[in-house]
Amino acid sequence: MSITIALAGNPNSGKTTLFNELTGSRQHVGNWPGVTVDRKEGFFKRNREVKILDLPGTYSLSPYSAEEIVARDYIVKDKPDAVIDIVDGTSIERNLYLSLQIMETRIPLVIAINMMDEVEARGDKIDCEKLSEILGVPVIPIVARSGRGLKELMDAAVKVAENHEKPKRIQVFDQELENAISGIADVLGEKDPDESWWKAVKLMENDELVEKSMDQSQMASIKALIEAAAKNAGGDTEAKVADCRYQYISSIVKSCVRKARQGHVETKSDRLDKILTNRILALPIFAIVMYAMFACTFSENFLFIEGLSSPGVYLAGIVENLWGLITDGVIGAVQGAGASEWAVGLMQSCMDGIGAVAGFLPLVLVLFLLLSFLEDSGYMARVAFVMDRIFCHFGLSGRSFIPMLMGFGCSVPALMASRTLESDKDRKITMMITPFMSCGAKLPIYAMFASTLFADSNQTMVVFSVYMLGIVVAIGGALILNRLAFKCDTSNFIMELPQYRVPTLKSVLIHGWEKVKGFAVKAGTVIFASTVLIWFLSGFNLGGMCDMEDSLLATIGNAIKWIFAPLGWADWRACVGVVTGWIAKENIVSTFGQLFGGVSDEAVEAVMAGKEALPAIGEVFDKVSAYSYMAFNLLCMPCFAAVGAIRREMGSWKWTLRAVGFQMMTAYIVAFLIHMAGNLIAAIL
Amino acid sequence: MTLRDLKPGQQGVVTSISALGLVKRRIMDMGITPGVEIRVIKVAPLGDPVEVNVRGYELSLRKEELQQIEMG
Repeated sequence: MSITIALAGNPNSGKTTLFNELTGSRQHVGNWPGVTVDRKEGFFKRNREVKILDLPGTYSLSPYSAEEIVARDYIVKDKPDAVIDIVDGTSIERNLYLSLQIMETRIPLVIAINMMDEVEARGDKIDCEKLSEILGVPVIPIVARSGRGLKELMDAAVKVAENHEKPKRIQVFDQELENAISGIADVLGEKDPDESWWKAVKLMENDELVEKSMDQSQMASIKALIEAAAKNAGGDTEAKVADCRYQYISSIVKSCVRKARQGHVETKSDRLDKILTNRILALPIFAIVMYAMFACTFSENFLFIEGLSSPGVYLAGIVENLWGLITDGVIGAVQGAGASEWAVGLMQSCMDGIGAVAGFLPLVLVLFLLLSFLEDSGYMARVAFVMDRIFCHFGLSGRSFIPMLMGFGCSVPALMASRTLESDKDRKITMMITPFMSCGAKLPIYAMFASTLFADSNQTMVVFSVYMLGIVVAIGGALILNRLAFKCDTSNFIMELPQYRVPTLKSVLIHGWEKVKGFAVKAGTVIFASTVLIWFLSGFNLGGMCDMEDSLLATIGNAIKWIFAPLGWADWRACVGVVTGWIAKENIVSTFGQLFGGVSDEAVEAVMAGKEALPAIGEVFDKVSAYSYMAFNLLCMPCFAAVGAIRREMGSWKWTLRAVGFQMMTAYIVAFLIHMAGNLIAAIL
Repeated sequence: MTLRDLKPGQQGVVTSISALGLVKRRIMDMGITPGVEIRVIKVAPLGDPVEVNVRGYELSLRKEELQQIEMG
């Protein structure tokens, strides 16, 4: 007989570590139906009959965020055979709050008190047997990172699951509130009295989701009962319920936990925090950490040594070279087999499409190993703590900083880093504006225009101003999205600052690997399909294969170029550049090299580096329209790889299209304003 | 007096929460309920948010939220 055991617990309680320890590598990560919340499943490594499901980390079963709704719906509606509630022994009071709520559902439950090693190191004692006696459920002390107590834990969990041992109902609330809840439960009269009771408690807490599921005839009498109870509870039953739970917890903690020292005790973590979030040192330390992370991933002059690649760039180079060799081999074989020219072309573009995905993987991997290290260690919460002041002005929280900073390297891992944002609104806005941070692949475009059209001005300033433009537009975009699209959601910053802990290598590696796998599969399909499509459009017309000048893409460019007339560049080649830029932004330069006079590959590379000019583009662009073109390509839809990442992280095509639509509109408006203002200034001068 | 009036190092007892809706629920879910003792640890380098210790763990809140926590 197979059984399902769900892991529930607060964020940072060691739930993921426990999950990894229990399942080994046999796990599957997906999304919950309809929402982008990780759904992790695996089988217990010592007994394949036991399925283990990792619920999202939550502080309570109130419907506060998507994560919390998922966790609660799973426990209440899907009813696993048992729940293991992981309690962080170092902050046992707050953790038991969730335990009490899970007990209210009367699902078979085992409580695991984690981090017992830290509890012991502090000299504190937790009497698990007594706790178990009072709560009426098994309470097992464990250390998830070292595996201590896990056998006992699983034995207990399997036992309660097989025997369907419901936790007894303990009296948490005072007599008046208990009576009022029973009254509501009687009105509800569900088949299962436990369900009536749970719903009654939730109605007492003014739970919108349960209220919505009620029928109106019952609601009237229930409202009256709640109002009567509110009179006894000082006007607020919701506060009363939370208060009673915490009072109950305080009383059991008093009898089961013995602290070595009373009052505020300074821990190692507190001492570290004195330095890391110090008034003066916090920002410099933070800047160094961010720079180091950035350098490890993207730098081509690692540790300030000219030409030394960072681990990320180094690995990306290896993958690209390897893929180049494979591609050459495959193409050679296809040609050798006497395939027609178009078949070879298709093969080439397929290989390039896969190569485009493969080339990103090392960057994603390195960045995510570092990010998950920072996340698991507890430093990421401090980053948000330090940066929040700046970001709350734009209606975001401090957590948006990391994705936006990463955006200067590459939008793909940056967009994936937006996962660390708790609020759905913040996450969506951050994803929409992150591509405005000018990524590395956009630099060659600016270099081309700077060396060709701005040769007489300060080229560095021109390029720098484009970067600044991206930042300013991102801030403006965040403000506008906050006002218009998400106005009902308020953001807050009620966030736990977890204890610093050295993450285990295993959890960091698993974390990084999951990201890479997810990206390769989901984003890969988008990138691959779009690359092949553009290859077809740029190499074919109705008569068959042709040069780019006669291709369908050129026809389309000619047909749509009027749209861009207000931006100052109504030229089909410019339009084609925008489209090929969607495969990878630096493609714009090679496309221009080809369309403006067939420049060799070496020359294109020199143009990309800003060492050489491409005078022919002066036929189409002047300074103003060139700047408008740079701005448009900075802001418009990012490359397909990034769109794939948006699709994966948003979890819906609707939101992906909204994001891309927002970016296209912003690009058009900003480029238009630049063209108008630029010409006006030029006229005055 | 509200929690916002406490300086780093000072502590006090919560009397009531004047916040509304989801913010109130979140504040209470995180263990800030009437009668609990809260100690202010530090203010973030840029002046906001603020780190407090409640029920043995560290929590960060913005000043706007601190203002909605009444202290005795």
